[in-house]
Amino acid sequence: MIRRTVRYLDARTASAPLLKKTLRYAFPDHWSFLLGEVALYSFVVLIGTGIYLTFFFEDSTAPTHYHGPYQALDGTEMSRAYRSVLDISFSVKAGLLMRQTHHWAADVFIAAIVLHLMRVFFTGAFRKPRELTYYLGVTMLILALLEGYLGYSLADDLLSGMGLVIGYSVALSLPFVGANFAALIWGAPFPGSASFWPRMYIAHVLILPVLIGTLLAVHLALVAARHHTQFNESQKQSERRVIGMPMFPAYVPRTLGLLFAVTAVLFLLGGLVQINPVWLWGPYHVGASTNGAQPDWYLGWLIGALRLVPGFDVVIGHYTVIPGPFWGGALFPMIVFGALYLWPYLEKRVTGDHAFHNLLQRPRDNPWRTALGCALVTWVTLVFVAGSADRVAVYVGLSYVGQIWFYRVFVWIGPVIAFLVAKRVCEELVAGERVAKIRRAAERQTEASLGIEPPGT
Amino acid sequence: MSRFKDTVIAGIVLLLGRGRRTREPRIVPPGRPDRGAENILLVLFACSTICAGGAIAVYALDRIGNQTQYLGLSLGLAFAFLAAAFVVIGKRLVVTEELDEPYPPEGHPGVQAQLDELVEESGERFTRKRLVTMAGAGAIGTLGLALVAPAVSLGPAFDLRSFAQTPWRRGRLLVGEDGLPLKADDIEENDFYGAYAAHADRDQIGSPLVLVRLPVSQLQLPSGREHWAPEGILAYSRICTHAGCAINLYRKPLYPPAEPRPALVCPCHYSTFDPATGGTVLFGPAGRPLPQLPLEIARDGTLRAAGNFSGPVGPSWAGVRDRKASS
Repeated sequence: MIRRTVRYLDARTASAPLLKKTLRYAFPDHWSFLLGEVALYSFVVLIGTGIYLTFFFEDSTAPTHYHGPYQALDGTEMSRAYRSVLDISFSVKAGLLMRQTHHWAADVFIAAIVLHLMRVFFTGAFRKPRELTYYLGVTMLILALLEGYLGYSLADDLLSGMGLVIGYSVALSLPFVGANFAALIWGAPFPGSASFWPRMYIAHVLILPVLIGTLLAVHLALVAARHHTQFNESQKQSERRVIGMPMFPAYVPRTLGLLFAVTAVLFLLGGLVQINPVWLWGPYHVGASTNGAQPDWYLGWLIGALRLVPGFDVVIGHYTVIPGPFWGGALFPMIVFGALYLWPYLEKRVTGDHAFHNLLQRPRDNPWRTALGCALVTWVTLVFVAGSADRVAVYVGLSYVGQIWFYRVFVWIGPVIAFLVAKRVCEELVAGERVAKIRRAAERQTEASLGIEPPGT
Repeated sequence: MSRFKDTVIAGIVLLLGRGRRTREPRIVPPGRPDRGAENILLVLFACSTICAGGAIAVYALDRIGNQTQYLGLSLGLAFAFLAAAFVVIGKRLVVTEELDEPYPPEGHPGVQAQLDELVEESGERFTRKRLVTMAGAGAIGTLGLALVAPAVSLGPAFDLRSFAQTPWRRGRLLVGEDGLPLKADDIEENDFYGAYAAHADRDQIGSPLVLVRLPVSQLQLPSGREHWAPEGILAYSRICTHAGCAINLYRKPLYPPAEPRPALVCPCHYSTFDPATGGTVLFGPAGRPLPQLPLEIARDGTLRAAGNFSGPVGPSWAGVRDRKASS
């Protein structure tokens, strides 16, 4: 059977040598290498559940009235888009499960990408010859953020509308061309023309997924072309030789296990843990809003930034050049992603290290990079946490204004502290290892001179 | 008959050769069978099958309550058992070898040079390379622009008048959330009211208003707005000038120790506006005051607009201050 299939394929595609090489591709082993795979498998679940949802979703803002099993909204005027999401949630069998699994998968997808990025950054995996792989990864993160944002905007519930008008305001705030740009995207001033929803929809279900899928394929092809990086855990692993288990038979069952485990977790979350109960918020109208609204976690850093930046428009004479939302909503993410894109170049430039690297570094092996990375993570995390100050004010009773002023100062101090602590920890860890090594050598020497046999020989 | 003979001879040869033949080296190193692991695997596959079957049953049974939960649980468990099964296969039933192979070489200098040469030699017949390149780039670039130009059809990119348009003009009636005309007597202190332009699209960003009533003695409106707030009733655009959310919070201290001033607050990023001073920003990220709508009280007691807003409504764009709200 196998032999016949292989013979058939080889005769038609001449691919037997390639297949053999693929099946014997070596995977170095470390738990942190699985983060990227978790992202990949979340993407698979997203595609699967997403296709199911497209069979029921309507990309139209034409008004209609809801008549369905959810009594609280019975007779309410709403868009066809929102009604179709309610129908998916209440009338389509398994619809709510698929919708919630899709939403959870998006949250896990981006979380896994972020953790994977941190792993790649802190171990120096992005260094020559793997810069292109890294740039593609960062680009996919941006696309994934946009994709997730469009996804929960499409539902056209109250929260999605509030998110969209904030996005619109950030687009509008781009220097000089903001209004022109927003007019092109939305087709008209907010809430936009009738074609805006179909535009969002096609971007969400076709353009961005195809882009992400294509970049993903190239990303994986680049990984395979240069082979995986590895930690220098044993004597055998070196810059020249890769040590790992083969794709087949050892790795395939393991990675299938991970695929099914990720799917299991996502379905369990989708079935048992409620996420984005759109029916509670009701339909969006320009004049409506709700308190305590929070975006999906991966946009928390942007809402935090929008809240932290004091009201400050750049005005020349009587001409507003840069409206306030630009700082938190556009400039802040540009700086963060700009730093991520520039980092491999900057590191090469500063250290003069243009060598080939197949071996990974432990974070402690490169205290400067680790410390700067920690500072960046702390910066973004503090801004993210600042986005929840209103909830803290409600639940704990701390003054909102006081908290905002605290964060306005501390987002600059926190990263400095993180930098100093991380650098010191790295240096101490390395120094500790050096001491241990010297002591072992000295002990061995002493034992040898006294004629004591080391135990176990 | 000869066929039978051939078979017998072949069989003998095979039997004789069995012991002596040198085996080709294996690809995967040998490992011992593991009946225990195999049993676990079979149990896990069985559990997964049961759960998947359960999922079909839950899906098919209409009268079951909490269908989403049971469906997620059964599907999730089916996948979880499958995951466990494959981990058992990977960890105990297939051999985990250690491959040791060289990384690909850093580069192929010979081929690199050949590629260089290839391009070089291919272009030998061009005598004016720069000119040809520039002409080609010009043609392709212009064509690219021609292909991108239709993107302008996406929206009114060069006509921004609509950004400052609102449905308000002198005499326009204010209606409440229920669509009924708002009367001055409906507006009480210590509360705030949503309002819209009568006979106009509510989902236009210039339509929604927020109304409050303050004691006339507390008002410190900018000059020129002395008559904008009859009986102390103030109307502002409900759309925050920071990021366009609807104002939804009214901070109105009823007792002295609370915050000192009444304020309109946006729930998205907590921009805080002072209704007594013409919507100026008290706190938060907004960069412009909330646009105020001049009001008048008609003879029948209904509230009507006495003109358009004091400035453009909604989030700012470059040049926003040069615009006036237009009808």
